[in-house]
Amino acid sequence: MTTLARVMIALVGSAVLAPTPSEPAPDAVTVFAAASLTDSFRELGRIFEQEHPGTSVRFSFAGSQQLALQMEQGAPADVFASADQRWMDEVKDKGLVTGATPVFVRNRLVVIVPRINPARISKLEDLVRHGTKLVLAADQVPVGKYSREVLKKLAASPTFPPDYDRRVLANVVSQEENVKGVVSKVQLGEADAGIVYRSDVTPAVARYISELEIPAASNVTAEYPIAVLKSARNADGGRRFVQLVRSAAGQRILKVHRFIPVTASEPAGHP
Amino acid sequence: MTHHRVELGVRLLAGVLGGVLLVLLGLPVVSLVLRISPGLLLDRLSEPPVLEALRLSLVTSLAATAAVVALGLPVAYLLAMREFPAKRALEALIDLPMVLPPTVAGVALLTAFGRNGLAGRVLSAFGVTLPFTTLGVVVAQTFVAAPFFISAARAGFTEVDRKYLDAASTLRASPVRAFLMVLGPLATPALLAGAATGWARALGEFGATITFAGNMPGVTQTMPLAVYLALQSDLDAAIALSVLLLLFSLAILLTIRLGPSRLTAVIARARRPAR
Repeated sequence: MTTLARVMIALVGSAVLAPTPSEPAPDAVTVFAAASLTDSFRELGRIFEQEHPGTSVRFSFAGSQQLALQMEQGAPADVFASADQRWMDEVKDKGLVTGATPVFVRNRLVVIVPRINPARISKLEDLVRHGTKLVLAADQVPVGKYSREVLKKLAASPTFPPDYDRRVLANVVSQEENVKGVVSKVQLGEADAGIVYRSDVTPAVARYISELEIPAASNVTAEYPIAVLKSARNADGGRRFVQLVRSAAGQRILKVHRFIPVTASEPAGHP
Repeated sequence: MTHHRVELGVRLLAGVLGGVLLVLLGLPVVSLVLRISPGLLLDRLSEPPVLEALRLSLVTSLAATAAVVALGLPVAYLLAMREFPAKRALEALIDLPMVLPPTVAGVALLTAFGRNGLAGRVLSAFGVTLPFTTLGVVVAQTFVAAPFFISAARAGFTEVDRKYLDAASTLRASPVRAFLMVLGPLATPALLAGAATGWARALGEFGATITFAGNMPGVTQTMPLAVYLALQSDLDAAIALSVLLLLFSLAILLTIRLGPSRLTAVIARARRPAR
């Protein structure tokens, strides 16, 4: 056998057999966070990197349910920030998280319509109008579950017809895989309305859409738990990131991004 | 170092390389099938939402394939038979959907055919809406599948021996007649193979569909979308659906691989003048 052939076989063999996973640098913190946290966590990540020179924060943003599944399948994460308790409980049940899972921020829902408002929706009652193209997140997605809860609460309130939720749900034309899918379909003007978190109406989005407030009594408060994973490669870095998120400075940033802080000084009211 | 030993080394290397690829391609398929019991599979198959997604996948992918063949044939013919300015640019344009990430294709389709899109505004004036409709799914699938058919059909046309076409033109057959009697039949295996590849691509389409047409059971939720959504909450259900789609696709691909040669043999026999 020629040397070349030997070298090639050795190369192929080592590429196939050798355990060479692409491990992040030991001083990197890997954060799996709900899609709704995208902008605020990026900003928090930049601050964290400034405070800890040489440390980088790597984010994976997706629907909480998808992140939970990925971690169950062994995706390496140091921190998990979920948009609801359900998916945090799920990873806890699987033994991936054994420590504390404090709620670090809250969120509320809002109805958004394109600024051009093709369906002329000016109040929540208009959503029942036949032919309205409403986009929600799928009910496996936290915000999708919350959206359906809000519609049910509205139907139960005296000012709305009792079949309000049924009639509105009949207008759903798409069930998106995550909240950003709802935002983009409304932003592009393809959907007449959608239900998203308040925090999703970022400055970049606000130019294209208008908001309809949901009465506080009928709104849902989404609670975001955060945890350091048991299998964290950088548990220390993870803990420090969680500390930053829960600190007064972190809560301020989340507030700027229209989340509801949970610090003692600014208690978030329950519905 | 003898020539013989070099030969042996290269063969060994080729075997190892090929084996690696077969494991890479085959192992995920096998392990997916092994993950699920046949009983659970049958249970899933009898669930109305699953049947709905399967039916929708079948209908839309077939419609997209029909559209791809009908609209793609003239283009493939043009590319194979004629030289014209900007031909290379046209070729690149046609290949583009193959390299475009499907979600980007979906966004591009929205900006073109969405309600506020360039052509979408005209369409909605005629009462045609594509986003959130089954027709939108077909459009998305057609967009991503077309290049696969066109490149196969074009290669098929190019490979036909020119002397048959020259003979046809010597016999004063019009180009249309030459196409119907000579070029088309000779290129049939390539056309069928191209249609099969296009169909397979349409059947597996996910990104462009969910971006352009959304996700609604019974309307736009094809099998790949159903699998993805199931994956968000129930891994077993997702695997069952995946296996269904896999078996279904495999059946189609096998039928076509085994089919065309027989089909063309039948056509050839029918055309052979009786002795």
